[in-house]
Amino acid sequence: MKDWREDKTFFRATIALPVIWFFIFFVIPMAIVWAYSVGENVGPVDVAITGTFANYAKAFAPEVLKVMGDSIWLAALTTLICLVVAFPVALAMTFADDKQKTWLLLLIMLPFWTNLLIRTYALIAVMRTSGVINTGLEGLHGLLMTVGLPLGSFEPLPLLYNKFAVVVGLVYVHLPFMVLPLYAALDRLDKSLIEASLDLGAGHLETIRRVIVPLAAPGIAAGLVITFIPALGAYLTPDLLGGPDDLMIASLIERQFKRANDWPFGAALSFILMYITLLFFAVRAFLERKGGKVGAH
Amino acid sequence: MSDRDTIIRVEEVTKRYGKVTAVDRVTLEIPRGEFFALLGPSGCGKTTLLRMLAGFEMPTEGKIFIDGVDMSSIPPNKRPVNMVFQSYAVFPHMTVFENVAYGLKFDNVPKSEQYGRVMAALADVKLDHLAERKPDQMSGGQRQRVALARALVKKPKVLLLDEPLSALDAKLREAMRFELAELQDKVGITFVMVTHDQDEALAMACRCAVMDRGKLMQTATPSNLYEFPANKFVADFIGSVNLFEGTLQVDLPDHAIVHSEELGGQIYFDHGVSGASGEKMWVGIRPEKIELLKREEGSNPPTPEDAPPGCNVAAGTIRQISYLGSESIYEIDLINDRRMQVSRPNLSRWDQEDFTWGDDVWLRWHGDSPVLLQS
Ligand SMILES: Nc1ncnc2c1ncn2[C@@H]1O[C@H](COP(=O)(O)OP(=O)(O)O)[C@@H](O)[C@H]1O
Ligand SMILES: [Mg+2]
Repeated sequence: MKDWREDKTFFRATIALPVIWFFIFFVIPMAIVWAYSVGENVGPVDVAITGTFANYAKAFAPEVLKVMGDSIWLAALTTLICLVVAFPVALAMTFADDKQKTWLLLLIMLPFWTNLLIRTYALIAVMRTSGVINTGLEGLHGLLMTVGLPLGSFEPLPLLYNKFAVVVGLVYVHLPFMVLPLYAALDRLDKSLIEASLDLGAGHLETIRRVIVPLAAPGIAAGLVITFIPALGAYLTPDLLGGPDDLMIASLIERQFKRANDWPFGAALSFILMYITLLFFAVRAFLERKGGKVGAH
Repeated sequence: MSDRDTIIRVEEVTKRYGKVTAVDRVTLEIPRGEFFALLGPSGCGKTTLLRMLAGFEMPTEGKIFIDGVDMSSIPPNKRPVNMVFQSYAVFPHMTVFENVAYGLKFDNVPKSEQYGRVMAALADVKLDHLAERKPDQMSGGQRQRVALARALVKKPKVLLLDEPLSALDAKLREAMRFELAELQDKVGITFVMVTHDQDEALAMACRCAVMDRGKLMQTATPSNLYEFPANKFVADFIGSVNLFEGTLQVDLPDHAIVHSEELGGQIYFDHGVSGASGEKMWVGIRPEKIELLKREEGSNPPTPEDAPPGCNVAAGTIRQISYLGSESIYEIDLINDRRMQVSRPNLSRWDQEDFTWGDDVWLRWHGDSPVLLQS
């Protein structure tokens, strides 16, 4: 009998199905969309593949560039806030005992398993003019008035349908993407390194800055990329929580395929989004290679 | 001992983790400048006690004083002690130099002075030629030296070492024993070392504290631990020993006699012991303190020549011999089938052939050899 390592047919058979799957459901549709992106509308429904780059050129129109710019900085801000919020959470999880760890992990994952639409509407219920926050504030306002503070009439805070709402929603949705890689990186860290730092006279903040962050850098980089990319392509959250002026790329793409009925332009925008995404992956890979000597151990 | 000479005082310290009592009412004083070892089997609470000295664990009860200061509310980064971790815990993202310089930043040592102190500490551990290396390009032994230099450069009042030799291979371990002892002598800092290896503790330490299941059993010099163990546990843990249960029959100022069923006779002590007559006790006899003499087959009892006054004698037969080069260990069955261990140095190159399997022998030990153990 042949050595099982020599017998390649088994491995070929196991890999065949994923490869076929990948072609039918990824490569072929992407190829079709790419073909559309170099096509032209020749009727209400018909698209002719003419090899034009006019659709890509259209993406450089100021109003389109503004949407892209907004998308990038909203996603970047979201990623940054996620990092600031998630780092202490992940650190706390690392130092919790096993039972607490399970519960904290569940707490992080629970929203993740809830339908996005439900979560977004729940957020609307909290933030709208007659929502939980504003009603609470109004009550507090009334209370302060009755004790004699001259506050004037109550103005509900404009929490919804603006960029603030979009960022809050994006942070809420993407927090687990940041917590999990950070937790994975911090949990792997040898705890005696932290104790050694304290033992040598460093305070807690110094220890975080000089030991924990440098050693968790690969995890932080992973968290940044993993959070930024879906935040950049987010559709439902900015669409429901943002105002008319707070479009992000995904909403713009959706409009081309639906209302504007301009499939070639929508396809071109989709590919631009993908190129931006790939660019960030490339940056990460580059940084990782550069810092690999430090981070790998 | 006056407070001036005591660097560490542990007072009635207990540490519990839920239902587990890791350290149980330990009271201990460590003199300044000593090489002190905490010795005991795995799980006896040595590391926990050491971590309480470093400040990583807080005692559930009791107090720890370092240089006369109560450590109850002092965090690890404010204590005048430094630790060499069992895993060394050398920072992987820093060079050797940066590792050693790390702790100096927090002591407000001026930059100009740092370089000299780091290089001096590295020279102390013979690593000054590797200052720019990264830890992942170093062997375990070298990383341990980095950890040592990193702690010593801060000139702590006490250096804590958790099983410093356990991860090294046998040859290096031997060499490091001497080197650590020499280093301690040179820097004059009090060393507190945790180990489960009795040879290591006896070879390196001025004094050892032996622990068992969280309790302190005895604190003494290595030779006192060996020759005057406080109880059965210490007698058995330090070296090997033949233990016999017995009752005290005669208890006079100049001699004592213990009757032992196990040995099948009486054990004579040429000195007084303190104990209550008729109480159950144990007698320990070290294997090297027993002499072997040839016995004519069936000759029983011994002739006066075999058993001069003040000596104990028992009859037996050699069952096993382990030849260890410098000495041989003889396993001997007594007439009542109880087994005893006797060791003999191989003084001459032809010596080993004197006794062989199945030989009938007399075992003889002097009245000052056995120790009486009350617990
Ligand atoms: N953090 C902890 N939580 C619970 N139990 C612990 C902890 N640390 C140590 N123990 C328990 O305390 C006892 C002593 O441990 P330790 O001090 O590590 O022993 P040693 O170093 O002598 O081998 C062991 O039974 C161990 O399981
Ligand atoms: Mg230990």
